[in-house]
Amino acid sequence: MATDPIHQFQIVNLFPVGKIGHTEIAFTNSAAYMVAAVVIISIFLIAGASRRALVPGRIQSAAELTYEFVANTIRSTAGTEGMKFFPFVFTLFTFILTVNLVGLIPYTFTVTTHIVITATLALSVFLTVLVYGFWKNGLHFFNLFVPKGIPVYILPLIVFIEVLSFLSRPISHSVRLFANMLAGHITLKVFASFITLLGGAGIFGIVGATLPLALVVALTALELLVAFLQAYVFAILTCIYLNDAIHPGH
Amino acid sequence: MVRAAFRAAGQEQSLISERVEGMADGTRDKGERKDPPDDEAALSARLQRLGDRLTQVNRPSEHNDGPRQTTDPSAIARGFRLSTELVAGVLVGAAIGWLLDKWLGISPWGLIVFLLLGFAAGVLNVMRAAGVVKDPTVND
Repeated sequence: MATDPIHQFQIVNLFPVGKIGHTEIAFTNSAAYMVAAVVIISIFLIAGASRRALVPGRIQSAAELTYEFVANTIRSTAGTEGMKFFPFVFTLFTFILTVNLVGLIPYTFTVTTHIVITATLALSVFLTVLVYGFWKNGLHFFNLFVPKGIPVYILPLIVFIEVLSFLSRPISHSVRLFANMLAGHITLKVFASFITLLGGAGIFGIVGATLPLALVVALTALELLVAFLQAYVFAILTCIYLNDAIHPGH
Repeated sequence: MVRAAFRAAGQEQSLISERVEGMADGTRDKGERKDPPDDEAALSARLQRLGDRLTQVNRPSEHNDGPRQTTDPSAIARGFRLSTELVAGVLVGAAIGWLLDKWLGISPWGLIVFLLLGFAAGVLNVMRAAGVVKDPTVND
């Protein structure tokens, strides 16, 4: 079991909540970590906003930095009009970031290593783009699929390709986050298991085990970067997609 | 005393670094000084100019779509993004083709046509993500 790199992704039912049809709905370890992430973010932001000092303290300045970071991301990709989606993007960014970072602590569960979660997040973005795009632009939203300056005789083909490209967004959006986290955690686990396996093989094994140990240290640093980067990429792609809903085509 | 020793050490270090630089210069000079065939020098100069012009030509197309550029802050993320874009396009095309086959009973034409269209969409996605093609939806 110690060397099973997949075991860490197992979903465990903690206690049953109710039933829908014949399917039992249970509070799982995944749900527990999501609740923990929400609690952490809430405490962080409430603590950051409670003092409201002119010269910010540590927590306040971290909270303000987070706000500024997300706000700048939205302004630079979707314009100031995109700021009406600030709560949405900020929620996605902080949630994914917290969940990713919590998952890096040994013995914890990483929520974003399950495609159900990332696909749900990506679909919520996709549906927001669709609903808001049609609500704001009506049928002009279809301009998104008709690029300007294309000869008429290849236009139908281009429209098909553009539609497929649009439909593929939630897939690439969700798979990117999911696969990055999954691959990173499996790699960490595999190299960590090399340490124990080599460590059990006498004195030469212990000397050899320092190599995977160094790798695990380096990989942990890399995973820290990936955890932040994937949250950022998810947020910025959300902004780019929302930008399509706000200004389709032109 | 101590200060003098330090100064001496410093001088020695600077001497060493000078010598190293001198060596590097010497080797470089030697390569050119030995027998500088004119055409080779001219060729390297032309290559240099070509490289400069290429970077100048390429740069605007990369910076065209300003916001897109900030999407990929690291090479890993960039590579991963490109690969998922391509795979997503192909997958969506295959899924739509397969469903059309099932619903309309036109097997295997739906799968064939939409797999190809999906591949095209995937390539388009990749080119957009890489900033090679200007995304019509991002421009203004």
